[in-house]
Amino acid sequence: MTPLLEVRDLRVSFPAAGGRTIHPVDGVSFSLERGRTLALVGESGCGKSLTGLALLRLVPPPGRVDDSSVIRLEGKDLMSFDEAAMRVVRGGRIGMVFQDPMTSLNPVLTAGDQIAEAVRAHRPVTRQEARARAAALLGEVGIADPARRLDEYPHQLSGGMRQRVMIAIALAAEPEIIIADEPTTALDVTVQAQILELLDRLRLERGMAVLLITHDLGVVAGRADDMCVMYAGQIVERASTRQVFEAPAHPYTHGLFGSVPTIAGPRERLTPISGSVPPPAAWPTGCRFAPRCPERFARCDSMPSLRRAGPGHDARCWLTGDEA
Amino acid sequence: MTPRRAALHTVWRRPAGRAGLIALALLALLALIGPLVLPDPTAQGDLLNGALLPPGSGHLLGTDQLSRDVLSRIVTGLRLSLIIGLASACLAVALGAAVGLIAGSRAGMVDTVLMRIVDALLAIPRLFVLLLVLAVWDRVPIPALVLLLALTGWYGTSRLVRAETVRLRGEDFVRAAEALGAGRLRIALHHLLPNVAAPILVAGTLGVGDVILLEAGLTYLGLGIRPPTPSLGGMVLDSRSVFVTAPWTSIFPGLVIVLTVLSVNLVGDALRDALDPRSA
Repeated sequence: MTPLLEVRDLRVSFPAAGGRTIHPVDGVSFSLERGRTLALVGESGCGKSLTGLALLRLVPPPGRVDDSSVIRLEGKDLMSFDEAAMRVVRGGRIGMVFQDPMTSLNPVLTAGDQIAEAVRAHRPVTRQEARARAAALLGEVGIADPARRLDEYPHQLSGGMRQRVMIAIALAAEPEIIIADEPTTALDVTVQAQILELLDRLRLERGMAVLLITHDLGVVAGRADDMCVMYAGQIVERASTRQVFEAPAHPYTHGLFGSVPTIAGPRERLTPISGSVPPPAAWPTGCRFAPRCPERFARCDSMPSLRRAGPGHDARCWLTGDEA
Repeated sequence: MTPRRAALHTVWRRPAGRAGLIALALLALLALIGPLVLPDPTAQGDLLNGALLPPGSGHLLGTDQLSRDVLSRIVTGLRLSLIIGLASACLAVALGAAVGLIAGSRAGMVDTVLMRIVDALLAIPRLFVLLLVLAVWDRVPIPALVLLLALTGWYGTSRLVRAETVRLRGEDFVRAAEALGAGRLRIALHHLLPNVAAPILVAGTLGVGDVILLEAGLTYLGLGIRPPTPSLGGMVLDSRSVFVTAPWTSIFPGLVIVLTVLSVNLVGDALRDALDPRSA
């Protein structure tokens, strides 16, 4: 069976100083199945947000998605779509929820206007129908008294409510996939859990697939079925969430777990990963994590491909099993 | 409270804004119902005994040298001034907003070409262009005058709108709208335009005052509205020979011009303070 969304060798190019070209997203491959959640995890600057935008072919200029990339939605290659066809996909088949509901909502339009607009962008309905649909959506995303909230402006809503409105907008045209780019980062901790619950509930009710982009392993745990760990534009580890949490294969993933405090277990000193993600222009030719890796050895001077760490578990590290 | 009502409320709370609004409302009311109750502004009475009558005496503001009622003529002229001011400011603002939106939302060549054209147009004094055209075009019809005033008055608005649009284009909500499948036109009209409504409204209001003053000036020079159509500028022009003996014939229309422009500008300034705290 063809996966709902199949991404192969996705590469984004930007022109850089000195006539060089950099690839902030460099050969990313994964697939997304109906009704499942895939988490894309990594530090800031690893290219995970750009991956999300690239799927919709919305890389900000002068950047572009390389023609060799393959993005297949139900077997159809999005790379061959023209702008008009892409507009139907954007919002209509793939909805997107952004990080900051503060700035992602238009400040001068009411919540109802914005949801209704998203409905009307994809469905031939009248104003009244769109409005009724907007009210229904507000109810569905758990906003009390939707009829009243419909006429409120973003500044009159709390952060959590605004993110619910964003989700309602993303749902307006009943997409099959939701890309949630750091959907809870700008929110209070208590609200974060509610928003994640909501996304989970909607996924189950509507049988949608969710691509959850986050830097927060706590968000991934228990919510994502599968996860991809990204580092410096590449996927460095790919497996089911359970496998990664039980036995992380890549030293970078180890490092990520080492920098998260736990409540259970003995009190240990956190071990941060030293340094930070280098900018794309400064990526080494070999393994990109090597300069920060505690276990590097001679072979790391050449780039490893994804290698099999176990059944359905790949890692981009020379220390991992066989060629995948 | 909607932003629109909130803005009106803020204008009302400022003394200058309130004075402007009241004065403007009274003037508009006068222009609206005046012609219904006052004598015909073009009717000439007894030329021998009815000309240049001082205020009072059956004519509240006196009569001119052709024995026409000054108040009637002022009211009719005011109505025309307001219509011309409003119509041409609306046209100018619509044109400026359209050019600004197009330039701002389509970066690159389109933007550069449009803005260089605007720069070039801005370098030519408005009055010079108007004088030139009106000197050649004798007895210009009023709709054409409105159009001329509009065509020479949109440059500033276009630059304002473009600047705002460029700033807004990078905002997250525009990216979000894109990600949800909104096309370029939809983003420009539905997302950008409402966000630049405030500066457009301010520019438009102040534009009304400019146009009224400009029209009166042109008419005073004998180039705008021609007799027998009553106009404020025309009245000042016609009565300059009797200014010393019958000052009411020119002072009252002059006062009405000043009052109208002043009240429009007061409202415009208050609107700017209310809508755009940065430029206050």
